[in-house]
Amino acid sequence: MSQTLTERILGGSAGEYVDRRVDRAYVHDGTGVLTLEAFRSMGVQAGMDPEKISVLFDHICPANTGLTADLQRELRQYTCSAGMKFSDCGGGICHQIMSEGCILPGEVVVGADSHSCTGGAFGAFATGVGATDMAAIWASGETWFRVPETIGITLEGRLSGAAEAKDLALSIISHLGMEGATYCALEYRGEGAATLSMEDRLCICNMGVETGAKNAIFYADAVCREYLGRYGHEIDLQIPSDCSYHREVTIDLDDIVPLVAPPHRVDSGRPVADLAGTEVDQVLLGTCTNGRYSDLKRFAGIVRGRQVKVRTIVVPASRDVLLHATRDGIIADLIAAGCMVVTPGCGPCLGMHNGVLGDGEVCLSTANRNFKNRMGVGGLIYLASPSTAAATALEGCITDPEVQV
Amino acid sequence: MITGQAVCLGPDIDTDLIIAGRYLRTKDRSVWGAHVFEDLDPSLAGRLSGAIIVAGRNFGCGSSREQAPVALREAGVVAVISPLFARIFFRNAINVGLPVLEADLTCRDGDQIAINLNEGVIEVAETRYSFTPLSPRMRDILDAGGLVTYWRGKA
Repeated sequence: MSQTLTERILGGSAGEYVDRRVDRAYVHDGTGVLTLEAFRSMGVQAGMDPEKISVLFDHICPANTGLTADLQRELRQYTCSAGMKFSDCGGGICHQIMSEGCILPGEVVVGADSHSCTGGAFGAFATGVGATDMAAIWASGETWFRVPETIGITLEGRLSGAAEAKDLALSIISHLGMEGATYCALEYRGEGAATLSMEDRLCICNMGVETGAKNAIFYADAVCREYLGRYGHEIDLQIPSDCSYHREVTIDLDDIVPLVAPPHRVDSGRPVADLAGTEVDQVLLGTCTNGRYSDLKRFAGIVRGRQVKVRTIVVPASRDVLLHATRDGIIADLIAAGCMVVTPGCGPCLGMHNGVLGDGEVCLSTANRNFKNRMGVGGLIYLASPSTAAATALEGCITDPEVQV
Repeated sequence: MITGQAVCLGPDIDTDLIIAGRYLRTKDRSVWGAHVFEDLDPSLAGRLSGAIIVAGRNFGCGSSREQAPVALREAGVVAVISPLFARIFFRNAINVGLPVLEADLTCRDGDQIAINLNEGVIEVAETRYSFTPLSPRMRDILDAGGLVTYWRGKA
């Protein structure tokens, strides 16, 4: 039997410990501050090529307090003086910017954020680490990994009706459970995988960590080649081989229906119909899961020419997404429908600014986590797709996009 | 030998529950220790000095925030035991010098626990449990007191 894609990239078999050169490393304003502090405490010289290190501000952009501004200023000054790649407030979410032509198939990509598994959509090994691990990577340009066991997920068929990649992601998480893939790789393949766009794959890989997975990965195919070609990259395709998996799961995309994951577990997904009518105070469209162009376009297609009934916050995932959606009139449609459009970044997902919930308030969110108090003390988070979010915004209560459309 | 009294917690304790996002924007570590587990049980922070946390499965799931193991250490936690840790938390804990041990044990709040890292044994009252050994690299990092001091030793 040959190796899984993750084993191929890491150069080892499941269970082995390997040292691997890191092709790209990135931090954001949240973890970057601690990374810099740890790096300085180590008292070593940067051994990694600064061109391979990115510092991307997204967590609280622009700064909400003087303290945040001070922390960001220190990191900004260091980043620029060290010659690292830098994206300031307004550029967008680190995972999205890395997905705009920075991550290539076969690379080892490490980010100081749990959702760094997003980049596996390009056939890269992409995973999250903590700040001090990242400081050691800045120092040496490499790190150690335990090569994970791989769970093979074969996708068949095609998404239909109002079902989206987010519904597939919630379905997989509900199937595996919040710890069901801990320490493992999730490898997607099959004819159904070929039907998914790069934005779909980014959404699915993004949520891999919600099962405890180390990484999630798709093979780089013609869809990936076309996407990266737009950024000037020519890539070789990765051909799936006959490998043995730690566990295998088969999913027929035709069976996927719109889901909602009620508080406080990401693996609690249920058909929207079960929760229809639940009143909400706020709708959030955005984050590293669902703040991409296609998400904004789909949402705008539903609310265009109508008025949202509850406060609706739209956070484009990056400046490129915001520009694209502005030029196509999507942003004008969203504003005309009564939505608030805020600076590209993480927005209120982690409860810092731009839409923190009050005690007992309910938010239908396209984000990836509905943990207790995450968006504000006493706030309740229901996770769903952009289409479900749009239908819900128009009705003021959880609404099945299948029914509304 | 690491000794302490057990503080027992349930499964799926995420890093938001260990230290909430609203306390992250500072470099003052004492803030994290003071607010540890605030959204789970505000009385916990005051009971963690010298404690060994015995948690359910999937401890530390969620965000990569290293403030989570630092908050536990700042509050006085001397080790965490769980049948299954979320992987980024596990790595982060070792990197900040907090012993984390994979073992499934039965105990109650206040039980005295003794951990022998070299022998791979945890003792609760008269019962002995084994735990999954750390990789040699992780053990070296933990013995150095964390990854920063491990690297200082190399510099």
